Amino acid sequence: MVKKLQNLYIYLVLVFLYAPILVLAVYSFNASKSNRVWGGFSLKWYVALFSDREIMSALYYTLMCAIAATVVSTIIGTISAIGMHALNDFPRIKAFALNINYLPVINPDIVTGISLMLVFSFASARMGFVTMLISHITFCVPYVVLSVLPKLNQMDKHLIEAAMDLGASPMFALRKIVLPEIYSGIVTGALLAFTLSIDDFVISFFNTGSGVSNLSIFIYSAARRGISPEVNALSTLMVLCVSILLVVANLRSGKEIASK
Amino acid sequence: MKTTRILGIPYYVWMAIFIVLPLVLMLVLSLQARGSDDWTLDNFKNFFASENGMYMRIISDSTVLAGYSTVLCLLIGYPVAYFVSKLPSRQSSFFLIMLVLPTWLNFLLRTYSWMNLLGKNGLINKFLVFFGLKPMNLLYNNGAILLGMVYNFLPFMVYPIYSVMAKIKPTFLEAARDLGASEFQAFWKITFPLTIPGIITGIMMVFMPAVSTFVIPELLGGGQRMYIGNLIQHQFLQSGDWNMGSAVSILMMAMILVAMFILNKFDATGDKEDALW
Repeated sequence: MVKKLQNLYIYLVLVFLYAPILVLAVYSFNASKSNRVWGGFSLKWYVALFSDREIMSALYYTLMCAIAATVVSTIIGTISAIGMHALNDFPRIKAFALNINYLPVINPDIVTGISLMLVFSFASARMGFVTMLISHITFCVPYVVLSVLPKLNQMDKHLIEAAMDLGASPMFALRKIVLPEIYSGIVTGALLAFTLSIDDFVISFFNTGSGVSNLSIFIYSAARRGISPEVNALSTLMVLCVSILLVVANLRSGKEIASK
Repeated sequence: MKTTRILGIPYYVWMAIFIVLPLVLMLVLSLQARGSDDWTLDNFKNFFASENGMYMRIISDSTVLAGYSTVLCLLIGYPVAYFVSKLPSRQSSFFLIMLVLPTWLNFLLRTYSWMNLLGKNGLINKFLVFFGLKPMNLLYNNGAILLGMVYNFLPFMVYPIYSVMAKIKPTFLEAARDLGASEFQAFWKITFPLTIPGIITGIMMVFMPAVSTFVIPELLGGGQRMYIGNLIQHQFLQSGDWNMGSAVSILMMAMILVAMFILNKFDATGDKEDALW
């Protein structure tokens, strides 16, 4: 009985979390343009979606920025984490660098976004894709560093010494010993960077310009005049993609466990 | 190793330009009057002694609203984490995925969707009318903002609490029960104290975005009342008073840092480097 009530509670919370998404999905099949009147089943918004210039451009910039920011910040973050880890003999410098690295994580988005905007405007940079990308990299790297560092700390430091004693060059030891050891941390960091970048609104909002907008900015500016149903179709597709990815990832990890 | 130390240098330069310099610029702006290069504390003075205390009211309103949403998230989220942690692992991982999945959908889309549900001709009001009740004004008030915050930030509360809860050894609870504790006593004396670090992380992760958001008040609150986030956005993008805007941002940052510092005092196990996730 108690168990049933507990499950019921979890399901109620899930209903609360999914209701708005479900509503978006249902109305994406609505023949009527309004989000309030049901006009019969139709797939026309899915067709319209792919010919909508504004949405397609926003989608393009969102993906480009997320991919570029993930690649660059994963590389910078991993290399710097290795560099920071080697500072163990200088705990003060290391702590200082880590605290600075921590700032974008604890600062509210709006402070990070606006302070970057100040720098760009004082440097009279042209606001656009490049400034947006730089700001995304800036708030993504700290998360990569923070996911890689614990892995480096867990690693047995004698492993590298052993490899080098046996004649491995530092680069070879890095490739064959360090990278495999910290691989899971790098993947976590990259995934975090990608999700943060693709979902970001506030920081992009203050650091873009000249016609470049991502999906969040597009939705924000469209929300008050009422979003066209194409966006419902887009969000349904996005939920579908994410769910499929998660199911695939789960099946794979399930298989791995089974094969062990 | 000496050679690996230099690997961090490019990023230190990056941090200096894109993390430190921006904040220094903000601080400098906050210490200058609009359109002048002289140092002054006028912005902060104006803030604390504004006519009819407008700025102070905005700060207190934002803090109260964010506080409410944090408490609600804790009250709703703690039982979720607790119940999920007691399920067999297959089921609990299913529920955990179900809990994060919505956060993968764009934050603005989810907020926008509530506008559809709560609006004058929205689904909820349609139900009310269908059952012969009067439609209510659900959108554009503080309740709607609160709902939007709880909706968006709830997973940030559930996750950290769950992750510390999952690490509690079941033997602790068995020992307590063997020694005669009731289920509630075992929870209150063992589980709850051990989850405090998770609760603290959860509070920080909910309170911080809640106090600084300007999107939720604007979309669900109709922009009728100003909160800190809206104030900052307004100063920078509409009234163009970057100096005052910087002062407000610096104050908000200080407020959050102080709050985090105090919260961290409660969390004896807090280890920055390894305990983030």
